[in-house]
Amino acid sequence: MSALPAPLLELRGVSKRFVGALDTAARLANLFGADAREEIVHAVDRVDLAVQAGEVVGLVGESGCGKSTLARLAVGLLEPSGGIRLWRGEAIAQLPAEKQRAIQLRIQMIFQDPYASLNPRMRVADIVGEAPVVHGLIDAREREEYVAQMLARVGLDASLARRFPHQFSGGQRARIGIARALAVKPDFLVCDEAVAALDVSIQAQVLNLFIKLREEFKLSYLFISHDLGVVQHVSDRVVIMYLGRVVEAAATEDIYARPNHPYTQALLAEVPRMDVRGKRFVSIKGEIPSPLAPPPGCHFHPRCPHAMPRCRIEQPVLREIAPLQFSACHLNDTD
Amino acid sequence: MTGPALCVEHLSTHFFTRQGVVKAVEDVSFSVGPGKILGLVGESGSGKSMTGYSIMGLVDPPGRVVAGRILLGGRDLRTLAPEAMRNIRGNRVAMIFQDPMMTLNPVLRVDTQMVEAIQAHAGVSRAAALERARGALERVGIPAPAERLKAYPHQFSGGMRQRVAIAIALLNQPDLIIADEPTTALDVTIQGQILFEMQKLARESGTALIWITHDLSVIASLADEICVMYAGRIVERGSVDPVLDAPLHPYTHGLIASVPSRNRRGAPLRQIPGMTPSLLDLAPGCAFRERCPRADGACAQDPALSSPVAGRLVRCFHPLAESTIA
Repeated sequence: MSALPAPLLELRGVSKRFVGALDTAARLANLFGADAREEIVHAVDRVDLAVQAGEVVGLVGESGCGKSTLARLAVGLLEPSGGIRLWRGEAIAQLPAEKQRAIQLRIQMIFQDPYASLNPRMRVADIVGEAPVVHGLIDAREREEYVAQMLARVGLDASLARRFPHQFSGGQRARIGIARALAVKPDFLVCDEAVAALDVSIQAQVLNLFIKLREEFKLSYLFISHDLGVVQHVSDRVVIMYLGRVVEAAATEDIYARPNHPYTQALLAEVPRMDVRGKRFVSIKGEIPSPLAPPPGCHFHPRCPHAMPRCRIEQPVLREIAPLQFSACHLNDTD
Repeated sequence: MTGPALCVEHLSTHFFTRQGVVKAVEDVSFSVGPGKILGLVGESGSGKSMTGYSIMGLVDPPGRVVAGRILLGGRDLRTLAPEAMRNIRGNRVAMIFQDPMMTLNPVLRVDTQMVEAIQAHAGVSRAAALERARGALERVGIPAPAERLKAYPHQFSGGMRQRVAIAIALLNQPDLIIADEPTTALDVTIQGQILFEMQKLARESGTALIWITHDLSVIASLADEICVMYAGRIVERGSVDPVLDAPLHPYTHGLIASVPSRNRRGAPLRQIPGMTPSLLDLAPGCAFRERCPRADGACAQDPALSSPVAGRLVRCFHPLAESTIA
């Protein structure tokens, strides 16, 4: 990977721990000798992720695997408990505050729920136009025209700018969310389940919009979804997460054609597909364990059909098993 | 095989609101045989869930089933007194909802709820009912069912909760189960487990299954027959393979083309322009014509269901011929 220029955004060994502080009752109980401990969730556990300029990286995982936390770390909405975040090779936290703010503006987020992520009391013109004025990207007098431009880009009519979010359908709201993100001229968009709430035909419209905008503005995306079909459609590279760790990362073609990690294999086998009829579902066993008490060693071993004694003890590291295909599985060491 | 488990004929459910009449379900007919799985597909507001509620007799005012027959084993459920309907609901016909917490009472233990469902329909002892409840939990793949019976719904994960809801639907060995998007909120691997259980169930017990969903890929892998609904009407009906391989209705075709698939990565998806119309005072004529590439003057009339190909039905004046499908 040394030939490549510094990635646009890189997370290096990033972790996020959430600590459930003890309440008064538990602290009192401890005074009397009880052994109540703080609950610690390793939502994201030493994850490396790099997105090159112009690249779309898909992030897949089931609920509770830490993909939304990772999204928030990437955007900077959450401070990592460990590890660093780099923008074009520079550690963001080390930069002067002003520079940090400028970088922050280049990274925008598109949220899952097109209902909850728009302020119901603001008109579309304000939702889209506020940030660019505040950050001095445009003059307040140019706002109306600028908003009209932004709305046109996402396929909305400029005459709708005076309306409130509740006057729009789900698909239109998703577009407003995208226009708001684009208004500050970002380089990098983090899309957290951005199309999950939409109907199939509307989802197709919004996905097409993402693809079009990417080409128009040379955007990079971190595209998070639980829908493997959607991720496959938009991504250049796919990263699979399980219980806070990356288990596999590779180019989209490779990962769908030759999944290496048993979890990826199971995930791909489970996806219902339109070209598979009368499928006999054979399910992988069990559920995702609680991140409060993750199993030792490889997190996937209780559900893995190939688990060996070693998997229960030693955590497998992510390593390159084929050119640019990374997987964290002990099976790759045995043969 | 004997007659169909359920036969719905010309079912219409309307909502009489202050703003006007909403025809949520209009002239819907289908049947499903024992052990068969019928997929009811459509987008939000297409009337697919309301069709399920209508069969269950769960339509609340201002809504009303205004026309049609719902024949379960030859008996028309619409003519039954509320008391008789109550005997059938949860007994001969059961429903599984998208959110299992709609089925489960959060303040009662699972065993209480399951025993109640059994004793409401069969005069069995509590011990026998508990045994049957345990068996049902075991069938849907819940580990340690005897202990889990004593748990409250919040002590289960989402996938497990949905299994409990399915187990409750199974308790009285119904002839028909209506499943309304039961796996939509679940993760892929958990969805796979639930689909596995449901498939096994239909095969083994001969229960007919109506699977309501917006997800064509689930239907493709699961169902025998498919009904595509749009704006309250069935626009296309037939066996899964021909409908998905060579759709006749432009809407079905558009829907299939909208799904991201592996062979067209990065290419723009074929999208259906516009959005679903409001069902409030829907103008006569084909409801899809505003979004349809094939629409012309004839579409201002209501199209009837026709059968251009044997064994298939389509509600369109200009159905796609097999040769025109790209």
